[in-house]
Amino acid sequence: MRLDVDISGKAFTNAAGKRSEVLRNIAFSLVQGEVAVFLGPSGCGKTTLVRILTGLDRDYQGRLSHPSPLRIGMVFQEPRLLPWRSVEDNVRLAAPDVDAARLSSLFEVLELSAHRAHFPGELSLGLARRVALARALAIEPDFLVLDEPLVSLDAALAARLRAQIATLLDGRPIMTLLVTHSLEDAVRLGDRVFLLSARPASILHVIPIAKPRSARSDADIRETRHDLARLCLTDG
Amino acid sequence: MRLLSVAVLVISWWIAAITLGSAKLPAPPEVLEAMLNEARSGALFVNLGATLARVALSFVLAMTLGAAIGYWMGRVRLADQFGDPWLILLLNLPALVVIVLAYIWAGLTEAAAIAAIAINKLPTAVVTLREGTRALDPALDEMAAVFAVPRGRAFRHVVLPQLAPYIAAAARSGLALIWKIVLVAEYLGRPNGIGFEIGVAFQLFDIPLLLAYSLSFAVVVFMIETALVRPFETRISRWRLRAA
Repeated sequence: MRLDVDISGKAFTNAAGKRSEVLRNIAFSLVQGEVAVFLGPSGCGKTTLVRILTGLDRDYQGRLSHPSPLRIGMVFQEPRLLPWRSVEDNVRLAAPDVDAARLSSLFEVLELSAHRAHFPGELSLGLARRVALARALAIEPDFLVLDEPLVSLDAALAARLRAQIATLLDGRPIMTLLVTHSLEDAVRLGDRVFLLSARPASILHVIPIAKPRSARSDADIRETRHDLARLCLTDG
Repeated sequence: MRLLSVAVLVISWWIAAITLGSAKLPAPPEVLEAMLNEARSGALFVNLGATLARVALSFVLAMTLGAAIGYWMGRVRLADQFGDPWLILLLNLPALVVIVLAYIWAGLTEAAAIAAIAINKLPTAVVTLREGTRALDPALDEMAAVFAVPRGRAFRHVVLPQLAPYIAAAARSGLALIWKIVLVAEYLGRPNGIGFEIGVAFQLFDIPLLLAYSLSFAVVVFMIETALVRPFETRISRWRLRAA
């Protein structure tokens, strides 16, 4: 499994006919089992990049190459669950062939076992996010895309879900793209961190994190975060 | 409370009958007797059956076609632009014109009657479903696209539940419209049905018979609305109730 991305440019034309450039010269490759983190300021074009990589936006200059069909599991910024289907049915809609044992173990890890029959309207944002994560993983994706999966959760909740994501990522190696504006997400979850500029977004730095996720001590995390923060500051 | 409401209606009717005299407004027992007479001879049920069959057929026809066209117009811009003038024309065409023209062009046939009734209901169904389709959440379409949910499944689980309230609204307002129009169509060109019998009673000035048929019809409409339409509406909005 391998994904090669070479986007030379992406621009939007607004209603008034004014063009604005969102992405410029973004080229990278991802391999099986690698977690790439795209770190950049809010509004820099991260979500646009995600939409191109997941095939939702085909209007750009450049090319993507990957084996086809590519099974994509995605966690959108808003959970995007069907309000009229139960938690379990929401997962099964995307993953009709998921076996019962795997589904149970996913619900177990994400602490959703008690909520299987609930409707999304009865869930908190944190729970709904976890359902979206369960859905993305239940299909056994070739490519997992997480678009700000921890945004607008309080710090304690975000930390817990971050730890659960780390466990799941270590459990089976999936090519993963995590998009975030949080340094904490990047240093705790990433294997490689891509630092993005402000609009139009391009890759400023690529920072590999050699130590495996489970072996990172608090001191390691602090150090990497410090390095990243310095790079962010110098490049604005 | 409902019983009380019906009782007040019957009592006011009775008082009005006494004041106006039975030549103009017969009292409830007289109408009930006419109703029982028609029921005993079987004519009441034959005519009710004929009317209900027409309602059912034209309702199904108009809903299916209307929903399909409405969905198409909501999804495809070009279809919307092409269909819109037709829609405005049909929406503003009086029911009587459609019925009379249908009888002239297709003869005094069952098909003409059902088509005319369906055409009257069609544009409102199209407009309602077009609105519903425009209100579909693109975020959920994208979700289904990324997860490669097959078209049929996506339509059933993602699109249809969003359209359900619009389908229910179209069904309800459409049924109300059809109840009104079916009698006119029967009155003008069918040899049976409630509308035909009311026409006969009108020509004979048989007011008890006229009221007997009108009331039986009203009772049937009321029963269908409470036994079928309401439970359907409750069923499709179940998840809303639980969420609240």
